[in-house]
Amino acid sequence: MIRIQEADFDLSTEIANLRKGDLQVGAVVSFLGTVRDLNEGSEVHSMTLEHYPGMTEKALEAIVSQAKARWDIRNTLIIHRVGPLKPEDQIVLVAVTSAHRAEAFAACEFMMDYLKTAAPFWKKEETAEGGRWVDARVTDDAAMARWKKT
Amino acid sequence: MKIQLRFFAALREKLGVSQESIDIPDEIKTIDDLKNYLCKRNTLWSEVLAGNQVIRCALNQVMVDSSTALSDGAEVAFFPPVTGG
Repeated sequence: MIRIQEADFDLSTEIANLRKGDLQVGAVVSFLGTVRDLNEGSEVHSMTLEHYPGMTEKALEAIVSQAKARWDIRNTLIIHRVGPLKPEDQIVLVAVTSAHRAEAFAACEFMMDYLKTAAPFWKKEETAEGGRWVDARVTDDAAMARWKKT
Repeated sequence: MKIQLRFFAALREKLGVSQESIDIPDEIKTIDDLKNYLCKRNTLWSEVLAGNQVIRCALNQVMVDSSTALSDGAEVAFFPPVTGG
């Protein structure tokens, strides 16, 4: 399942729903991304997440399809929040269920690396010096590139 | 050919436009051609679209290379490298 929403979410509830009724599940791996209060040396007071409605869902569906084609996994969940956020808030959840842990670990990391470089979200931070759009990180591209070699 | 333009994040703010419908001449075949065509509007457009900043593009909501061919009624989006997650 893929959800783009302004509202917060509860990790335990989401995980419970993801594996509910599937007796083949022996492993659940989740990644939770949260807002930091410091970025590039400036204190971040708040941030706003912008996205491209329509393309966002397509891009995330493509990520899920690739993960399912690559690993033997049972179910996936991606929740990405948009709109105003503040330090400590939850931003993103990627969760994967599988029979055994190796597939779930790999698929979860792959989906998160892919999301970072291919899903159309943009962060704008409000700092004491004013608003600024966050720059894309070269390390994110490098993280994604690792998956192309194997 | 009719094209629906979309702009996001820093590009949207700098250009002051989030979306726009335009009718482009027949000689505009690719997204690169379209970008060059838009740059001719004024210095703001040429600075934003052809400056030092890396720009990504999408055709009908799928990220593509800027050499990709356009088609009538297509939605073309320009935006900075993504920073979600």
